Parts: sequence; C-alpha cells; structure tokens
Amino acid sequence: MNLARKLACVVVLVVCALSLAANWLAPAGYTRQFREAPSAPPSRQHWLGTDEVGRDRFARLLYGTRISLLLAPAAALVSTVLAALVGGLAGYVGGIWLRLARGFTDLFLSLPWLFLLIAVRALLPLNVSPLVSVLITFLILGLLGWAASARVLSTSADALRNSDFVLQARASGLHGLRLFLVHVLPNLKPVLYAQFWISIPVFILSEANLGILGLGVTEPLPSWGSLLRELEGLISFREEPWRLVPLLLLVVVMTSFQLLLSNEEVTA
Amino acid sequence: MPRRKTLLWKLARHLGTIAALVLLGGLLSATLVRLAPGFDADERELDPSLNAESVRALHQSRAGEHNILSFYVGYLRGAVHGDLGTSHALGQPVQSLLRERWPVTVRVAGLGLLLAWLLASALAFTACLWRRPAYEILGTTVSGAFLCIPAAVLALLSVILNAPGYLAIAFIVFPKIYRYSRSLLAKAYALPHILAARARGLGEVRILAWHVLPVAGPQMIALAGVTVSIALGASIPVESLCGLPGIGQLAWQAALSRDLPLLVNLTVLVTLVTLLANSGADVMTYMLNPHDAQGA
Repeated sequence: MNLARKLACVVVLVVCALSLAANWLAPAGYTRQFREAPSAPPSRQHWLGTDEVGRDRFARLLYGTRISLLLAPAAALVSTVLAALVGGLAGYVGGIWLRLARGFTDLFLSLPWLFLLIAVRALLPLNVSPLVSVLITFLILGLLGWAASARVLSTSADALRNSDFVLQARASGLHGLRLFLVHVLPNLKPVLYAQFWISIPVFILSEANLGILGLGVTEPLPSWGSLLRELEGLISFREEPWRLVPLLLLVVVMTSFQLLLSNEEVTA
Repeated sequence: MPRRKTLLWKLARHLGTIAALVLLGGLLSATLVRLAPGFDADERELDPSLNAESVRALHQSRAGEHNILSFYVGYLRGAVHGDLGTSHALGQPVQSLLRERWPVTVRVAGLGLLLAWLLASALAFTACLWRRPAYEILGTTVSGAFLCIPAAVLALLSVILNAPGYLAIAFIVFPKIYRYSRSLLAKAYALPHILAARARGLGEVRILAWHVLPVAGPQMIALAGVTVSIALGASIPVESLCGLPGIGQLAWQAALSRDLPLLVNLTVLVTLVTLLANSGADVMTYMLNPHDAQGA
C-alpha cells in the first residue's frame, strides 16, 4: 500500500469515526433550532454557523455524513448481491440465460443513470416521512445500480466456466451448486469486492444529486444531498464561504475513495 | 458486394435490437407506472362541486388504463398516430412539450459534449505527445477533481458563477472522456510496433496519426456513443438548476409532480436516443475499419 492509499484510508476512517461520534461532538442534534441565531456566522458555539432556521450546521454535517457514509455501503452491498445473482449466475450457467441476462442488463444500461433514478423515484410516493425517504433513496440506488456490475461479473463468470480448472473439476464429477461454491465463487470474490467498492462513491454522488434535486432524503434528516442543496441560495463564494464545507468534505472523501479504488479496479 | 451486405445486415440488426429494447422498455415503464402507488387517484374527484355521476364519468374515462397490456397497446396505438397523451401536471399534449423542449437540450448537451471532447482530447493528446509528468499530473488532478463533484453541484456552481449551462455539462462529461481516452492512448503507445516506429526515428505526430489512432480510434468512437447518454443524464440537474427549459428540466418537473404519462414518454425517448447513439458509433466503427470490427 503506497503513501497516498494509506492517507486516503486514514481520511475515510477519520471521517467515519467523526460521523459516528456525532452524538458526543454535537450533542445539540441536527433538529434543534437556535431561534435567536438564524443564519449565524461561525462562532465558538456554532463552528459552521447556523442555517436559515437556526439549526447548527456542524451538527447537521456530522449526522448527514453518517447517513451518507453508512447507507451508501449498504446500498452497494444490495447492488453487488443482485449483480452476483444476475450476472454471476448467468455467466456460470451460460447459453440462453447468459444472453437473456445480458439483454436485460443492456436495457438497464441504455437509460442514463440519473434519468433512471428520478423516473423510478417519481413512481414512489414523494410525501413520506424522513426515515422512509432515506430507506427509499438508498434502496432504489441498491436495486437499480446492479447492471454495470452484473455485466462485469457475467463476463468473469463466463470466462471461469470455460477455464481449465473448472473443466477438470467437472470431469472429476463436480457439478451444480457445489462446483459454483467451491471453484467459481472464490475466484469471483476479487471482482465482487471491486464492484462493491466502486459502487460506494457512485451511490454517494447519486444520493447527493437526488438530494439537490429535491428527490432524496427529506427534511429534517440531513444527508450530503440536502446539505449541498443549501448552496442554491448562495450568491457568491466570498459571502459565506463556510457553506462550502460540506462540498469540500465530499470532495475529500470522494478523492480518498478514488485513491483507494485505483488498485481494486486494476485487480478487477 | 459482401461489405455492403454486411453493413446492411448490421444496420438491420441494430434497428431490430433498438425496436425490441424500446418496446420492452416502454412496457416495463408502463407496468411500473400502472403499479405505482396513487396511479388510480385523481384530484379532480375531490372537487365538491362534482356530483356522483361526474365522478363516475371520471372513473370510466380511466377504465382502459387498469389493464397494463391494454393501457400499453392503447399508448402504442396513439403513439403511431402521433398522440403521446397529455401531461397531467402541465395540461399540455406531450408531443408539443417534447417538440418545444427538445431543441434546447440538443443545443445545451451538444455544445457541452463538444467542449468536453475538445478539452479531454487536447489534454490526453498533449500528455501522450509531450510525455511530460506535468501534463499527466494536470490531467489526472483536474479530471479527478471533477469526478468527485456531483453533477448537480457543478450546475449550482455554474449558476453562482453566471456561467452558461453547457459549460457545466462539459465539466461533467470531460473527466469520463479524459480518463478513458488517456488509458486507451497509453495502451496503444505501449504496443511494440510504436516502440519500433520510434526507434526508426518517426515523428511523434506521424506516430500518433498513423499508428496510435487506428488502434485507439474505434474504442474512442464507441466512447463517443456512450458520452451522449452521459450528457443526457447531466442535462437533468443542469437544466433544472440553471432554469433551461429542455428535456432534462421537463423530466425533473414530471418527477416532482409525479406526472407518470410524461415520464413514460421521456423514458422511451431517452432510451431511443441513447441506443441510436451507441448503434451509430458501432456502425461508424465498422465503416472505418470493417476487418477489425468483424474480428471483434
């Protein structure tokens, strides 16, 4: 592991730890309104100032980071499992199933990602409680984000199906699920891990996009999307530069993920 | 002629696949729309001035939409005759909405795409031709930074900085083009015959034009097809947040107001454009280099 990757790993771990410690670092919580100080600049009491309704921006940033950073991996897990089921199994079985799976995957990939997201999000109720909106947002990401991973997995599983050691195992009498679990799945693991890690930053960015467009996590729950939405009212950067802190944090975390991923992608 | 025959066969196959995928995509969208919560609800029924008979008439007007297949067949029949239905939220025919909005998206996404390709190609080719670490670092850092920023934030930044919307689309698409084309060029430059050409004293521009581009070119054309889809996706946040009345803004408005008939039409339209762009890239690759394309 080179220095840049070590540093990226430390950054992601520190940000995760800080967001998990939100209850202690920002005991006021993300909903408490300081009505006497709406839109206040940074101070000793409010490190990043307060928003228009007097809520502490630092607390909202910590809780929002927690939601985005914890639920994006959960969505990535859902999408990787689906990709393994659709792409991995179809690649292993081959024939008509592989062609069908690839056709289905192509259909999913023929629509721009953001377009697919907002179209499916619009099919579900928009006026829901904040907790339900979090679940819907990340569940949609997980359920729709499998197609690209499934394509990669189907190609890898197809190559494994025709590899010498699988043919030899087959000739030795190993078939079906046992052959898949003993010989194919362990060799698909690196691809599965890579697809899982690749999906996390994609889902973080997608949630941010949905949130800014008003189709993500609803108020008062904070997420990176809803925090970045506050930039909408910004007239110039000089006016309130502290409002750019969520964007800076997002860029730092995304850069760290990019640095962490470079090797995983090569392995895949 | 066999080449013309193969080309025609390729075109027919692509058109067949596009038609099948669009029909299937439309059916899936119609199914999802039909199953979506609140599909059956009509706010007009809440109007206290309507009597029971009027409410029943409103119910009956939507009776054909209950069965998914008949709903979809009815939609297709209307589409063949140029009737794509009426937008619930905007109260206008979908066809006229698409006709009004499409040119804006073509202009904004087209300009953005052009700018992104110019910027990415200039950086990628410069890095390959001059082979200085500074160019490599510059390209990687700039593209990496833009990859880390959500498309909607780039759109917001363009509003704050008073920049045109196509510039935001350009910066959303640019990192994807740069990263992929840089990697393609690097792979092509690593081939042994490039080393041999260099050893023979061939100039860098000639190596690029005669030996590198023929290798990397087909995949770059395929990338061009994919970038159309990326630009269309980027047009949603850019048009919505920059106030540009295009297809992207229409999709966003349809999503916010749960205008499901409009969403189905937009889904079919965007799928069609994306598939046409990808198929066009594939056919162009074949026309430029039929032997390699056949081998692939």
